[in-house]
Amino acid sequence: MLSVQSLRKTLPGAPPRPLFDDLMLEVAEGECVAIVGESGTGKSTLLNCIAGLEPVDGGRIVIGGQRIDDLDDDALARLRRGAFGFVFQAFHILPHLSLVQNVALPLWLLKVAETEARVKARELLVRIGLGERADDAPHTLSGGELQRVAIARALVHAPRVVLADEPTGNLDPGRATEVLDLLLAQIREQGAAGVLVTHSRAAARRADRVLELAAGGLVDITGRA
Amino acid sequence: MSALLGRLFLASLLRRRLATALSLLAIALGVALGLAVQLIHAAALDEFGRGMRLIAGEADLQLIGPREGFDESIYPVLALRPEVAEASPLLVVEARLPGREDSLEILGVDLFRIARVQPGLLPLASRAGDEDGRFAALQPHNVFLSAEARTRLGEPQLRSDGQSAPPAIREGMLWVQSGVRSFALQVAGELPGATGRLAVMDLGAAQQHFDRVGVLSRIDLKLAEGVSPDAARMALAPLLPPGLALRVPEAAASEVGALSRAYRVNLTMLAAIALITGGFLVFSTQLLSVARRRREFALLRALGLERRELLRGLLAEGAVVGLAGGVLGVVLGHGLAMAAFQMVGGDLGAGFFRGTRPQLHFDGMLIVGYLFLGVAAGVAGTWLPAREASRVAPARALKAGEAAHAGLPQARGRPAVGLSLLALAAMACLMPPVEGIPVGGYAAVACLLTAAVLLLPQLARALLPLLGRGQGVSWRLAHARLSATPAQAVVAGAGVIASVALASAMAIMVSSFRVSVDDWLTQVLPADLYVRASSSSGSGYLDDAALARIASVPGVASVDTTRLVNLRVSDEEPLFSVLARPVRGNWGLPLIAGSTARPAASDVPPAWISEAAADRLRIGVGDRLRLPLGGQMREFVVAGIWRDYARQHGAALIASEDYVALTGDRRINDAAIEVTPGAAVGQVAAALRAAFGAEHVTIALPGEIRAISLEIFDRTFLITYLMEAVTIMIGLFGVATTSAALATTREGEFGMLRHLGFTRSDVGRLIAMEGALTTGLGVVSGLLAGGAIAWILIEIINRQSFHWSMELAVPWAALASFAIGLVLLAALVARLAGARAMRRSAVLAVKADW
Repeated sequence: MLSVQSLRKTLPGAPPRPLFDDLMLEVAEGECVAIVGESGTGKSTLLNCIAGLEPVDGGRIVIGGQRIDDLDDDALARLRRGAFGFVFQAFHILPHLSLVQNVALPLWLLKVAETEARVKARELLVRIGLGERADDAPHTLSGGELQRVAIARALVHAPRVVLADEPTGNLDPGRATEVLDLLLAQIREQGAAGVLVTHSRAAARRADRVLELAAGGLVDITGRA
Repeated sequence: MSALLGRLFLASLLRRRLATALSLLAIALGVALGLAVQLIHAAALDEFGRGMRLIAGEADLQLIGPREGFDESIYPVLALRPEVAEASPLLVVEARLPGREDSLEILGVDLFRIARVQPGLLPLASRAGDEDGRFAALQPHNVFLSAEARTRLGEPQLRSDGQSAPPAIREGMLWVQSGVRSFALQVAGELPGATGRLAVMDLGAAQQHFDRVGVLSRIDLKLAEGVSPDAARMALAPLLPPGLALRVPEAAASEVGALSRAYRVNLTMLAAIALITGGFLVFSTQLLSVARRRREFALLRALGLERRELLRGLLAEGAVVGLAGGVLGVVLGHGLAMAAFQMVGGDLGAGFFRGTRPQLHFDGMLIVGYLFLGVAAGVAGTWLPAREASRVAPARALKAGEAAHAGLPQARGRPAVGLSLLALAAMACLMPPVEGIPVGGYAAVACLLTAAVLLLPQLARALLPLLGRGQGVSWRLAHARLSATPAQAVVAGAGVIASVALASAMAIMVSSFRVSVDDWLTQVLPADLYVRASSSSGSGYLDDAALARIASVPGVASVDTTRLVNLRVSDEEPLFSVLARPVRGNWGLPLIAGSTARPAASDVPPAWISEAAADRLRIGVGDRLRLPLGGQMREFVVAGIWRDYARQHGAALIASEDYVALTGDRRINDAAIEVTPGAAVGQVAAALRAAFGAEHVTIALPGEIRAISLEIFDRTFLITYLMEAVTIMIGLFGVATTSAALATTREGEFGMLRHLGFTRSDVGRLIAMEGALTTGLGVVSGLLAGGAIAWILIEIINRQSFHWSMELAVPWAALASFAIGLVLLAALVARLAGARAMRRSAVLAVKADW
């Protein structure tokens, strides 16, 4: 589903700093890969490159058979609407939208009819245990609940790739496990390719594979993490 | 505190340069407009006062009366009184200059008296050395000119019709007009002590030349030693015939000041609204700035900064913006006043000081006052945000979750206060004027504006559901955001409300006024052609012989005449106009009460009074009106009230035959001509010009008079249009700064949306839609308030200031275009202001999280 081939990226500066050199990554449908590594190794930058939010210096990025690294900014934005789901560390739930509206946001972007968008968003909120609170305002929710809403938003439009950067970074350990399990279960259930960046080895171990980003490349450390 | 103040608070102003600069500019414009109006008016009054002092010289009292003059038989009565040391008689003639549109004030003086009473008017003969020179001032054909008069009248004049009029002084002779004939006076010397455009000649000669034998305009009195002006007035008043009054020379300047006061106050109020709009802008930018720095303040409070210190620091920010704006405004205001002096003199467009060329004076107190107003606007705009910031609990503001609310203004609508202000506005409308100033009307306008701002969230709640959600995601997000936080509309919309309310109110008032003036002109100009020798007080006039010449011109079917005189109905009232003309049917008389029929049962002749006369004299149909005519107090019965936009201080119309019977005055100012059916009006006009000489009379078609009148009307409102434009600009500054500030605080949100698939254009569209939606709400609220303010302007402020009624005429199409244009402009401005947030990388925007 997601294929990153021979990715090269150098950070500008004096002198320029090579970040990725011939980096390879394959993620299958329904598979979830965790990426760990020291701070500054480029974990987040890798996610940005995959999402087309940062330019690359070489290599190919293919989503579901479509090469995306040569698309222009607007084409990438249009691609992201349907192909990607994002989960952020700080949730980024819009405070002026209700929960169901927040979840329906990607469907609005895809011009799905309002009724259908609401039905789908409500269904997902029910699945993540917040069906009763669909019309509530975000400020009435706890951090864990907000991240569950963010997960629903990331999956409501059945994306091919879900990118999550430190999705449990702002949560206590108990909530973190609960939220992570929900995210992985939904990714697997929908057959998406999931890429999870985390500092937490415990969180990483819940993924199907664990890759460590070091020296510009990815090393499979599944079982050793 | 001072180091803290500099580093934390004042430095913050430098960090947000655009918002600070726009707030500062808004205050500067408000201060500049207000100060310029004051400076121009003060300088014009000063110039007028200096002219009056020159003519009055050392006089302690002046005898004044009708503008056309009074019988000189009163002169020996006063001159021989023991209270009077010297009495100097004057005849003031506004001499028409043939072919030219300007006139010259010629003072006929008694040369032996002015040396003791008005030495500034003493003439100096060009040939003072020889015998002719010594007696030059007594020669009946000699005239003496001030330096300015000599310069101006020695040049050709560009007339309003584009033609060049010849110099009035040609080969040492000054050409003037009396009746419909011209004659030349020898320019025999100058007036070294005089300023302005002025001429002096012998009194007897002036009376002869201008057919005013036995008539004086004024007598200036120097009182005997030890006699006070009040005591002299008490002693002399019983000797005076009706219509004459004694007053101190300074009263003339204060009368002109009072005449123009309503106009000046109106302009000052417009400037005040511009300043208030600037204050709203400070409010918007400070509220957003405070919202953005919430955590910073919480941290400082946690580290030990006192609540009061935080409040003081923020208020200091507002004060600094206000002071800087005030300083800039003072400089700009002086520049504006100087530019106005260059372009339009001291007149400000209303005609009170036409022709004056005042000098700009620096008034320390006035400058300090306006600086204070600038600071007050800055501090007032900061007060609510500062109080809000100082009240936030530090622990709450430091919580991570609070970040989600950062940038969302916490301003709340105050419906109860808003509704109370509306009730207060209604009550203020019932107040009578205070010394001719509609204080209640202005208070009602202030209450309405504030209520419109405070009730905006309620309006947003009521209107947003009606707008529907639409299908576009940008529209949905903008709609949802404003629905969830209607108070945000207050922040961005406050300045828009004030400026739109002002502009729409003025547009409705001016449109109503213009339509009413147009209708009025149609009614008062029913003839085919009008002939005028000069304005009411000028030296040109028509007499029976002239009328006979007009009647003999082929094509003239009938001639109706109008005599206009200006007199005093009381010592305190300004000049009152009396028009004498035929009254038949509704011919040329726009009645709003009563009828044109002569009351059958009345023992006194009828008079029809203008609305201003009815208001000022507090009389109505059926009441008695007393007018000093022909040296006696005459009584009339009020038969009707008519609309008159030409004379602000009251007028009465009486039948020509009654006027002639009472006064014996057969002079005519205007002749209204009906042409015979089939005759060409243009040919009749040409024949009349040939009969009198084109330079001696003005002949105009009603359409031309209407066009000129409406042009003057539009010029009068030019300065108000300028002030409206400035206020609208300030309102748009508000949209720009709010959009820029909100966009900056929401970079994280935009970053997230870019991750979800928003293009940069989508973000721009969202910002534009939010700007348009917020401005749209401000515009709707502004239009509602503007409609109400227009009603107050028409029914309260205009009635109480100028005593004019008018029919309501709402310029719907213009208002709709204005509203739509403003919303679109606001969308563009918001998009431009939010460009930085649009440009910012989505990755950087959410960097804190990735």
